[in-house]
Amino acid sequence: MYARPWARTAGAFALALAVLVAASGTVGNSAPAPQPRRGGSLNFIVSAEPPSFDGHRETTFAVIHPIRPHYNLLVKFDPFNYPKVVPDLAESWTVSEDGLTYTFRIRSGVRFHDGSLLTSRDVKASLDKIIFPPQGVVSARQAMYEMVESVSAPSPNTVVIRLKWPSATFLEKLASPFNWIYKADILERDPRWYERNVMGTGPFRFKEYVRGSHWEGVRFENYWKPGRPYLDGYRALFISSPAAQTAAIKFGQALVEFRGFAPAQRDEVVQFLGDRVTVQESGWLCNLLVVPNNQRKPFDDFRVRRALTLAIDRWGGSRALSQITFMGPVGGVMRPGGPFATPEAELTKLAGFGRDMEAARQEARRLLREAGVPEGFEFTVKNRNVPMPYIPGGVFLVDQWRQIGLNARHVIQETGPYLADLRAGNFDVGVDFTCDFFDDPDVQLAKFVSSDRSPLNYARYTDRLLDGLYRQQSRERNLQRRLQVVRQFERRVLSDRAYQFHLLWWQRIVPHWKRLQGYKVSPSHYLEDLEEVWLSE
Amino acid sequence: MWVALSRPRPRGRLSRFARRYPVAVAAAAFLALLGVAALFAPWIAPYDPLANDYLSMFSPPGPKHWLGTDSFGRDILSRLIFGSRTALLVGLSSSVIGATVGAVVGVASAYFGGTVDLVIQRVTDILVSFPLIVLAMAMVAILGSGTANLVAAIALSFAPRAELVVRSSALQVRHTTYVEAARAVGAGPWRIILRHMLPNVMAPYLVMLTAFLGQAILLEASLSFLGLGVAEPTPAWGLMLSGAAVDFVQKAPWMAVFPGLAITLTVLAFNVLGDALRDALDPKLRV
Repeated sequence: MYARPWARTAGAFALALAVLVAASGTVGNSAPAPQPRRGGSLNFIVSAEPPSFDGHRETTFAVIHPIRPHYNLLVKFDPFNYPKVVPDLAESWTVSEDGLTYTFRIRSGVRFHDGSLLTSRDVKASLDKIIFPPQGVVSARQAMYEMVESVSAPSPNTVVIRLKWPSATFLEKLASPFNWIYKADILERDPRWYERNVMGTGPFRFKEYVRGSHWEGVRFENYWKPGRPYLDGYRALFISSPAAQTAAIKFGQALVEFRGFAPAQRDEVVQFLGDRVTVQESGWLCNLLVVPNNQRKPFDDFRVRRALTLAIDRWGGSRALSQITFMGPVGGVMRPGGPFATPEAELTKLAGFGRDMEAARQEARRLLREAGVPEGFEFTVKNRNVPMPYIPGGVFLVDQWRQIGLNARHVIQETGPYLADLRAGNFDVGVDFTCDFFDDPDVQLAKFVSSDRSPLNYARYTDRLLDGLYRQQSRERNLQRRLQVVRQFERRVLSDRAYQFHLLWWQRIVPHWKRLQGYKVSPSHYLEDLEEVWLSE
Repeated sequence: MWVALSRPRPRGRLSRFARRYPVAVAAAAFLALLGVAALFAPWIAPYDPLANDYLSMFSPPGPKHWLGTDSFGRDILSRLIFGSRTALLVGLSSSVIGATVGAVVGVASAYFGGTVDLVIQRVTDILVSFPLIVLAMAMVAILGSGTANLVAAIALSFAPRAELVVRSSALQVRHTTYVEAARAVGAGPWRIILRHMLPNVMAPYLVMLTAFLGQAILLEASLSFLGLGVAEPTPAWGLMLSGAAVDFVQKAPWMAVFPGLAITLTVLAFNVLGDALRDALDPKLRV
């Protein structure tokens, strides 16, 4: 049996069409994906200056955005597919069946910017500094790696990490964007050298840093990844004023501010630039945190701390502050809207998270009276001079505490001295933040374990019960049981002991020029990766 | 009797001043009003200047809030009234301290002469070579922010300028007969400086003081605008002009317009009054 001629013609046509569609790689989309283009320099805004140049020590985007492009990690988050982990300096890896041994194969031919070759010794020295920092060296995320028993480098291209107990998200923790790989020889000579110097294997070499103006990097021509980076270089412009940032984007002085804009800034940029701008939005693994100094009177009394949190109208504040800042969602220790978020019904049971503000403030006044704190008691609230969202957050807190008869004096400092004071315990109450790179209780709760275990915890308390709960949730492999422990932890930190507590979580809004390509917003502003970024004509 | 006849009565002098300088009188009246507002702010201000009202954010000027509200729903009129306290406190104290320190050093420099005068003049030359705002910013950077440090920074920036002006007047006074007589009867240098020379350089001192007042208010506003002065939520005019006032200038222009107007009018008033005082007190300028 033969097909009719029209049917044969139609069949041939359909086949040809199918081949064409398959060859173009798109179905139902006639525009081909833009091809990355090499060249050009990216100007972007950073709203604070780096307190030091050492990623292991610091916790701020002010370090990540200008300095991270000089470094590689062992493994990293896929810039286009959060939270997938992909290789960086580790070419590949294997995990033992018991989940206790991770073996990484290190790329060969990777060079530092001074021309020397990277080996597993450099990776081991960097991880040792992060996980087992020597005396006098601060490692901000040390507590997150409590499960690590040892790091070894049995051969020049092999690194082995042994764990004390299996951790389901160890690889993600290792992909922290702060885990920059340094040079072992330098660390041996001076483990604090990287606080004031730069030497990495990353896609961009350091060119110059002009304090108060900019940080500049240029393409590293011997970069190990063929064809990368696309950019010739980049310039991070330090601009703290939101109005000046908006103007810089509007007039093309910078193409993007990777951290995030407030809704009003976004609207202004969009209105001005029209179809030349793209807006990417996302939930944000960041929040503003209130940190009473638990070693300083009267904040050593839990009743006073509890009164402080009870006074804060988070739900009302969320409605108001979301209009003028990028703060908004109310949440506990885990990101609202994230996979571990506390349901609202449970959240409202925590001190200061309820909706009946009159009752909460009455209770706060009673607690203050009971603790012997007089009406009009004056204390300082230390804050950093990053206008968005710290200063509005500080103003909001001062107002909330006035409503229970407390007189808080707002002291605003540069990021460097502010962090130094928080670390040294030189404050009454601090406006701090937590910003993380990954939704996981091990990461988010690390800030709240005892101060002697977590350098990130500026509240200065020791609570072994809390440390035990942290360890328990970290080892728990059953999700429901793990969540129960996380809730217990949350209740103890935020409510029962009120060691420190959240104000509001943030909502990420990144408007940028369409010329900026190869960039996708994620829930963390720490995951920016300039390796894949390029500029269209 | 002769003395009484030769001295015009204060009221007569005031009315003559008012007739000759009506604009200066208007300026003085405005400043007096400002002083009253600052003094009685808690009774005059319609709202608590620190109270956030999230239901009234960005309210335009109207019957409820005459000058509107800011991004925290705070009443702008109340913040302006309380802000006059910061402006006058910083303006008055820094001007008085700066002018007085400068005057004492200037007179001492003129009296001692020689090496003392040479050293003081060279240090003054160095300090005067910096623009006021730069010097004040450097001082705040060293001392830190806050009202007391702001006063100290502005006062220290004014002192060398006052020193130069007062020294030139003191050089003329130094050789007068009453200073010679005081020295002849055995008065010590500091007694001569404080009792005999300083009172006789009061005219340039007062003129300078009024000029400094306006500049001090402007400096305070500038430093607060730059984030180097007082901190939010303290009501201060310069601070009210910065931050959210700039961020939301299109949405709520009244947040910037009214504090700007307050600064302009106050500085203008002090300058007009200062000019009139200079004309009235300087015999060479009298017609």
